[in-house]
Amino acid sequence: MTEAVPLISARGISKSFAGVEVLRDVDLDLQKGEIHALLGENGAGKSTFAKILAGVHRPTRGTLALNGQPVEVPNPVAAQKLGITLIHQEPISFPDLSVAENLVLGRSEDGWWSGVPWSEMTREARRYMDLLGVSIDVARPMRGLSIADQQMVEIARALASDSRLIIMDEPTAPLTPREVETLFGIARRLRDEGRTIIFISHRLEEVRALCDRVTIFRDGNKVATDTIGNLTDADIIRLMIGRPLKEYMHKEVANIGEVALEVQGLTLPGVFSDISFAVKRGEIVGLGGLVGAGRTDVARAIFGVAPAESGTIKVHGKPAEIRQPDDAIALGLAFVPEDRAQAGIFRTLSVEQNITAAVPGKIAPGGVIRRAVEKVLAADSVKKLRIRLASVNQPIGELSGGNQQKAILARWLLADPSILILDEPTRGIDIGVKAEFYDMIGELAAQGRAILLISSELPELLALCDRVLVMAEGRLTAEIPRAEATQERVMNAAVPRSQRQVAA
Amino acid sequence: MNGLRSILLRRETGIAVMIVLFTLAVTLYKPQFFTANNLRVILLLTPLVMIAAMGQMLVLVARHVDLSMGSMLGLSAMITGMMFRDMPEVPWGLGFVVAIGIGAFLGLINGALVTLFRLPAIIVTLGTLNLYRGLTFIVSNARQVDRQFIPSDLKAMSQSSPIFGIPWIIFMAFAVALLTYWFATHTRVGRQIFALGSNPVAAPLRGIKVTLVTLLVFTIAGALSGLAGIMYASRWGFVNPSNTGFGFEFQVIAAVVIGGVSINGGVGSVLGVMLGVLLMGCVAAALPLLGIPGTAQGAIYGAVILIALLIDRSVRQQGIASLKRVRA
Repeated sequence: MTEAVPLISARGISKSFAGVEVLRDVDLDLQKGEIHALLGENGAGKSTFAKILAGVHRPTRGTLALNGQPVEVPNPVAAQKLGITLIHQEPISFPDLSVAENLVLGRSEDGWWSGVPWSEMTREARRYMDLLGVSIDVARPMRGLSIADQQMVEIARALASDSRLIIMDEPTAPLTPREVETLFGIARRLRDEGRTIIFISHRLEEVRALCDRVTIFRDGNKVATDTIGNLTDADIIRLMIGRPLKEYMHKEVANIGEVALEVQGLTLPGVFSDISFAVKRGEIVGLGGLVGAGRTDVARAIFGVAPAESGTIKVHGKPAEIRQPDDAIALGLAFVPEDRAQAGIFRTLSVEQNITAAVPGKIAPGGVIRRAVEKVLAADSVKKLRIRLASVNQPIGELSGGNQQKAILARWLLADPSILILDEPTRGIDIGVKAEFYDMIGELAAQGRAILLISSELPELLALCDRVLVMAEGRLTAEIPRAEATQERVMNAAVPRSQRQVAA
Repeated sequence: MNGLRSILLRRETGIAVMIVLFTLAVTLYKPQFFTANNLRVILLLTPLVMIAAMGQMLVLVARHVDLSMGSMLGLSAMITGMMFRDMPEVPWGLGFVVAIGIGAFLGLINGALVTLFRLPAIIVTLGTLNLYRGLTFIVSNARQVDRQFIPSDLKAMSQSSPIFGIPWIIFMAFAVALLTYWFATHTRVGRQIFALGSNPVAAPLRGIKVTLVTLLVFTIAGALSGLAGIMYASRWGFVNPSNTGFGFEFQVIAAVVIGGVSINGGVGSVLGVMLGVLLMGCVAAALPLLGIPGTAQGAIYGAVILIALLIDRSVRQQGIASLKRVRA
């Protein structure tokens, strides 16, 4: 890079959400005409940084300069006026408006009552589509366009407002390989026109194919910026995960018994394929990988939420036909989903009712609720799991995230499952409660339950699990026994690369 | 080819077909249905609903709803009627200004409650539905404004005609529809209403002033309810605190929804709403002709609305399915 005035200079950018610092003193210069990758684990701060540039978030501290001039970016509209456009992975659009309208909306400086120049708008939209070399009917509504096409409309929108900086936040995750090629071709052309592109991705081979420089984030800090050619994959992975290993509770050694859950060749086309593994009684098996690798989909398939198309599931050695969650529950499975708010809690109901929701047979034989039984069961759970609350009658929505999660776990434990699937059980929970959770999970295994633990936190997987399975792009890429599990090995298997050897 | 298919798939086409089929069926059974005189009756049933429906369409497109239209109509008609009664010297044309102004003010209150306190529109307007109706009783002392007080020039608007024997108020309704069409499709703020309803999360990110746009749609809905209020006085020649506008909002919402406006926001066309209003008018005109007793008319009316929605849904789903087959 020459020492020209950078397009963007960020100095000391920091950001806190609710007192938690997620970005710390980031300095970064983006040159004109470069494609710059931002890399890092989930939550490392790369998306937050990108969103600050695009005016979605405002920095808590720090300054931005555009072409050497200090600027404020208070909101996305201001960003667009400065020539900065953020393209979301799933573009934010107006599904009922036409493609052409989506393109120009929010750009014009004209007043409320000024007319909509339909023909001019359509012509202009067509011109940008031609420029990008894509054939999208600009008169059709946005609804129903493929994600790739929606991204193209967003890129066209960036061109229409003559953006100098285009930020693509994991644009390739939902795309097919051919669509990715098209996108890359366009990105390179935009770079050659002197525009700057920020490319956020987990896929190292894509970053190598496309980007000139990379910046790596870890735990809210910028740890490195370098030309891509200067770094090996191993360097990048080490920089991404090189945080100090925190001290976590180690799992007590449990008696590992016979196989409780076994899946063979589980396949759901386009989502995951040929997944085979087994979990024994008393064993905690971790399932690692990056977001979008298909881990949750496998769990949902096993539990019957969205069953696989082929493959077999055996529970305690017997072939099981699980077409819906009811079947899974009857077989003694429990699934604590990742998204508490959406799939877990009944926000307005009391903690008590939330805890007893999965065992109607116990509290209401014959359909009439025995309040006394309900009270005893709920109070017992609250005590056992150390759920902190004012009253079991308060709405669960009022509890902290960690305590909500405990209540959900309590719900499933009442059903006394022999197989427990936990999907990111400690996400969004503070450290203290996390440690309690690790204890609890260990205890549950010691009682002879089989546990499948999905987690994106490497230290958590390493500390708790007897074995770690790793998924990437819908396939199992590694099975690592506890003794051999290291952050590097897990991460190696989790980062998608074109040619991969399945680790032994 | 593609053009034809997209026309066939349009909501408007479906309603137009339903209107034709309905008219044919009733005419076969009762030939006097399809006479100039009866068509005039149908047209006379529609202008009030049509005008208010244009306002309701904009509110629904913005992903809100206005349940208070009947009461806004009633209150603005009542105050305007009392002005005619107590101040006979004011020119009758001023009644339009007063009615529209009061309606706009009431609508603005709806909009302010929705935006300032972030309350759901269905609750806010359910409250003002009762509030405005109650105010109508209070300001009028529960007394009707009788025929002799309504200016004859105003009443004449519903009878005398500039052309083809079609009275003035029908032309006014079409003028409002035309204006709404222009507003919704050819002004920037009009398109912003659609954008807001289509994706309320993205709207502020694209610089749409959500509060102002929301206030505007409710104010327009109120103003048009006020206009429908003075036209009520013109059409029926009296204003009654309990009858005037009672249940009106449901006719309006039914017509708008039949006309293809999505209650999920973002979708709606003036042509569709006009056809929806017309279909409702045809049904209303046919019921007495078919000898259906007044007591049963409400039920029949409701059933027709549900049937229309079901037919439309299945037709469009089949249309979309066949489209997919063609593509595949």
